[in-house]
Amino acid sequence: MARALGIISFSENHIWVEGMETYRSIPAFSFLGRYRVVDFPISNMSNSGIDRIQVYIRRKPQSLVEHIGTGRHFNINSKSGYLHMMFADSSGENNYYNTDVKAYLDNLEHIEKASNTHVVIAPGYMVYTQDFSALLKTHVESEADVTVLYHSVDNAKEAYQNCYCVNLNRQKGVASFERNSGSAKSRNIFMDTYIMKKEVFIDLLKEAQKISSMYTLRMIVNEKCGELDIRGVAHKGFFAPITDFKSYYDANMSLVDLKTARSLFSEAWPIYTRTNDSCPTQYFDSAKVKGSFLANGCVIEGTVENSVIGRGCVIKPGAVVKNCVILTSAVIGEDVHIEGQVVDKNAKVTKMKELIADPQAPGYVKRNDAV
Amino acid sequence: MKQNNMLAMILAGGRGSRLHDLTNKVAKPAVSYGGKYRIIDFPLSNCANSGIDVVGVLTQYESVLLNSYVAGGSQWGLDSRDSGVFVLPPREKADANLDVYRGTADAISQNIDFVDNYDPEYMLILSGDHIYKMNYSKMLQAHKDNNADATIAVIEVPIKEASRFGIMNTDPETGRIVEFEEKPAEPKSNLASMGIYIFNWKLLRKMLVADMKNEESNHDFGKDIIPALLNDGKRLFAYKFKGYWKDVGTIDSLWEANMDLLDKKNGLDLDDRTWKIYTEDIPALPQYISEDADVKRAFITQGCVVEGEVKNSVLFTGAKVGQGAKVIDSVLMPGAVVEEGAVVQRVLIADGVKIGSQAVVGSADSEHIELVAKNVKG
Repeated sequence: MARALGIISFSENHIWVEGMETYRSIPAFSFLGRYRVVDFPISNMSNSGIDRIQVYIRRKPQSLVEHIGTGRHFNINSKSGYLHMMFADSSGENNYYNTDVKAYLDNLEHIEKASNTHVVIAPGYMVYTQDFSALLKTHVESEADVTVLYHSVDNAKEAYQNCYCVNLNRQKGVASFERNSGSAKSRNIFMDTYIMKKEVFIDLLKEAQKISSMYTLRMIVNEKCGELDIRGVAHKGFFAPITDFKSYYDANMSLVDLKTARSLFSEAWPIYTRTNDSCPTQYFDSAKVKGSFLANGCVIEGTVENSVIGRGCVIKPGAVVKNCVILTSAVIGEDVHIEGQVVDKNAKVTKMKELIADPQAPGYVKRNDAV
Repeated sequence: MKQNNMLAMILAGGRGSRLHDLTNKVAKPAVSYGGKYRIIDFPLSNCANSGIDVVGVLTQYESVLLNSYVAGGSQWGLDSRDSGVFVLPPREKADANLDVYRGTADAISQNIDFVDNYDPEYMLILSGDHIYKMNYSKMLQAHKDNNADATIAVIEVPIKEASRFGIMNTDPETGRIVEFEEKPAEPKSNLASMGIYIFNWKLLRKMLVADMKNEESNHDFGKDIIPALLNDGKRLFAYKFKGYWKDVGTIDSLWEANMDLLDKKNGLDLDDRTWKIYTEDIPALPQYISEDADVKRAFITQGCVVEGEVKNSVLFTGAKVGQGAKVIDSVLMPGAVVEEGAVVQRVLIADGVKIGSQAVVGSADSEHIELVAKNVKG
């Protein structure tokens, strides 16, 4: 029977989230108040019965290491399975050398020694749910060499700028991968998700390294489109790649709507995360909260509208928070009016009484900053 | 055990029958409290935060849920190599018939073999149904400083209410206990026993072995063991506790203890990050407060969806309040649902109970808090 090894990949070099990524990698970004982005791929694998998972890390590991820990909270048996963090020796000279292919090759013995027949590779920087056991079944039945996931969108002109598109032929075979140039509205956005036999994966890695030491997995797969049988499978449901600052903000904000949230979260498909043991959130007499998601441990005395409030935040009396994503333990001081901002962890906004940005071009308050 | 050579035993066998339908299926220590906790999280978290590694939980009444809840101990971090939480229900033994625990002391007596495995120097006895935060390592330090045989935690209660408690009469200078009176008609002191004891295990073990054979004994710490120690002239000391402490025996007091959390400077301070209370981690979305909601003075946890009005109330994991519904001065236990347009006031809605749309339950001027343990049709 096909049994897959789970691989959670890091993003290619062209992806950089202004501000936030200075402090941690995208998989460790806080998401919708209580999650981290990496909770989605890990939970997808855990819920699909994949119990050997390797999380590849390129830089700034601290935040992610702390979050993942033993992996027990992701419902993975720590004896028969594992959730491991995989490091690669990064090259200081040129970041272009630090590819996913290099990281996999650095850890090749850990991939080779696993008894699993297949690999499921999912990005640690995209938010979606997917039953990988169903996808694996589709893949095996199709007898394809590689199966990739894509998501059809009709707003590729203004969004998904850092993503790749999948060009399909009529038989759902992948003809090529192409950077989204923003020239067409309707595109099939590549979800950086692959299923293939482990031998095929290892062969691709070795071949990529032979051709170019800066090749990524996507590049070698693209080059093999003519030679290998590569199929695309359409993903249905909520999909949000975190590939720049705006997409991070938009992904959070689009879920501040119960209907959309329910298209991502269902009781049958739990998203696990690490608890922080915060107490419930306290609302006082002056609180005025409308259309928002709030994590636990907050103290709310001000106004909150259409926002995501992270764990342990304090919203003081007279404060107005609108269209914002507030991360863990931030403080919004008395009479501060803040709109369209991402406020990073532990930041305190008290002196600046007005910080207003259009949600089309959201602002950013740095981690640990006092403004 | 390495940390302080003290083993803790939590008495969690009681039903708490004055909580009526809330304890039909679960023991009192497993009753939900404070939005996301169960009562037994408090002694267990206190143990974890006090550096106690090994905890026995003595169960009896409806113990299935409690067993699965505490077993393993990982929720409180009590699952490292040398630590553990062990559920100890009554069991059949080769030399004795299967018997229930006949009293608080008997529950320990019947598990002497378990304690002997660890050979601790000190034994901490706790009650599984009190809500408070306490550093037991400080109490142990006082026990050692006094060169005591036993130390009993006490709390000052209004003298008018003292006759409801076990009262310690002490030497005001040293804190040494000179007399213990169970529910005295005319109390001489206002120091009430909290049911928290530290004993030197060797001495307690001897007392328990003797007590087991004594047919006149109630096998109870308050009624038998403490008086016997005093009779023997042993050194018993009171350890004064200052802070929030509640024994929630009734629906009214459980409701009240939840309402206490709505005050900004409440004595329990669950937000204190230096003494966290740990509990089961249930995967759930953050709480969602809708466009039409109105939330004032409330304590709300993850998994809740509020689309109506919530005032002066505590909402537990996964509770839902529909559009146009009103929840006032109430407690919604895990998964409770108040559908559109329903109004609830001064009620405690039990786990998973549904109040149908437009239904009206409870009233502003009721003498007691109404427990709603069955679905109400809309």
